[in-house]
Amino acid sequence: MNTPANLKYTKSDEWVLLDGKIATVGVTDYAQEQLSDVVFVEITVDIDDVVKKQGHIATIESVKAAADVNSPVSGKVILINQDLANSPEHVNTDPFGTAWMVKIEISDPAEMSQLMDAKAYEEYCSTRSH
Amino acid sequence: MFIPHTKAETAQMLKSIGAKSIEDLFSVVPDKYRFPKLDLPSGVTEMDVLGEMKEYAAANETVEDLICFLGAGAYSHYIPAAVDMLLRRGEFYTAYTPYQPEISQGTLQAVFEFQTLMANLTGMDVSNASHYDGATATAEAGVMAYHNYRGKRPKILLSASVNPQNREVLCSYLCGYENIEIETLGMENPLDFSPDAMISSIDENTSLVVVQYPDFFGRIYDLSKLANEVHAKGALLAVVTNPIALGLLKTPGEFGADIVVGEGQPLGIPLSFGGPYLGFFTTKKEYVRKIAGRLVGETVDAKGKRGYVLTLTAREQHIRREKATSNICSNQGLMALAATIYLSLLGKNGLKQVADLCFQKAHYAAKKIGELPGFKIIGKGPFFHEFVIQCPISAKEINERLLDYQILGGFELAKVYPDLKNHLLVAVTEMNSLEEIEYLVNSLAEVSHD
Repeated sequence: MNTPANLKYTKSDEWVLLDGKIATVGVTDYAQEQLSDVVFVEITVDIDDVVKKQGHIATIESVKAAADVNSPVSGKVILINQDLANSPEHVNTDPFGTAWMVKIEISDPAEMSQLMDAKAYEEYCSTRSH
Repeated sequence: MFIPHTKAETAQMLKSIGAKSIEDLFSVVPDKYRFPKLDLPSGVTEMDVLGEMKEYAAANETVEDLICFLGAGAYSHYIPAAVDMLLRRGEFYTAYTPYQPEISQGTLQAVFEFQTLMANLTGMDVSNASHYDGATATAEAGVMAYHNYRGKRPKILLSASVNPQNREVLCSYLCGYENIEIETLGMENPLDFSPDAMISSIDENTSLVVVQYPDFFGRIYDLSKLANEVHAKGALLAVVTNPIALGLLKTPGEFGADIVVGEGQPLGIPLSFGGPYLGFFTTKKEYVRKIAGRLVGETVDAKGKRGYVLTLTAREQHIRREKATSNICSNQGLMALAATIYLSLLGKNGLKQVADLCFQKAHYAAKKIGELPGFKIIGKGPFFHEFVIQCPISAKEINERLLDYQILGGFELAKVYPDLKNHLLVAVTEMNSLEEIEYLVNSLAEVSHD
């Protein structure tokens, strides 16, 4: 399992990369492994939408199940990864790179401190049953 | 009787939830409702029951006994004997998709054929299989359009010449949605209202425009201008259609429809009060994950042999769990099979022939009725197999008198459009012989005199 040290993580398996005020969001390597082959990704927010922390931002469908992606932070959506709809397999092959989902201009920087760092997330994952 | 729990297990379960007995679980229901005194007659023999049922059945007047010119959404067509014969085969005779559907390759293949037929007939890319009836399929068009824009375009425009039942069911399904606005256009002048008259009402809040083709009054309109305008505003166009008419007419797909729905009853399903009927729903490929129900696909197995699988059920409860937005994975499977058999038996040319017979006979009837003194055919444009006549006396009166002639008259439009008291919607199908049509014309002449 890959957990880059420069990211923050949620209990529902999203990752966040913060660059200034801009948060890039996706789902983790652990999540894609649990889902198995991803066949469909639908981003359910539009640019300029205001999302709340834990608000629904995307739906991922794999051959096994459908899962919701929730926003780890509050803010305004400024960019959406349009390519993902045509290549959902990127969620499996490159979850922390080409499979980023949305970029959000965060409205409450304090929310970042409530997220887990890589080490905490790894520990959290190791306690979950497979 | 199969009782899955032993006494010990029941006692254990009661103990863990803190109840003394099973009766305790129902204690919130007042006694008088729990054990009401039922005033039931004593038991009778099977022979007596059958006799009584036959009596009830005989009181029913059906299209077997009467000459039928009633349509308005459900139509009397000839059903080849093979439809029922095949339908009742033990391998098929269930309304359900088996749990573990892939074990029933025959059922899946039939569903696959149904999808192919409906997609081809409507000129669309994909079809689900299926809905309860045309009205619920129409409602699903509204549900899909609303979710397609994630509720940001809350307005749905309905034409007054969409079947009133479809309009009502759509409203029932969607009335609780956040910010929803459902508007019916043309109610004040339905007989002069054309689809293009809807264009000025379409705006950036509109998710869906619903029209019918041929419309509720039987009329045929070119929908291409409307389709262009709907798309220019970024909305979707749903067309409610009659599958028999599509044997003859340009498909809604060719006009640019985004969703095509309709009542599948004319395709080999008998007329019956309350169904079962069949709703069909087809759309463009880009919306394939937004449709309700299931989609069967063709594939090959590990040995390279052809096989069928449930490919998509993107909105259903077994995929989406508590986030499901549809629970119609079983639907009217048997009725979909009836439609599949009917269409296979008729073939492309047979369907065209049925449609052509309906068209020609309806036009003959309209011409003859139009020549009767006091009667007028409403509208000058093209129509399919249904048309509106204006009678010299109330349509209700006409219908009551026609019954004395063993004729089931048309649909009294005043039931939906109160101003149209003397207006009757008359349907003619291949079932109506020349003699029957002439008998109707003569009877109308007689019943319209006092």
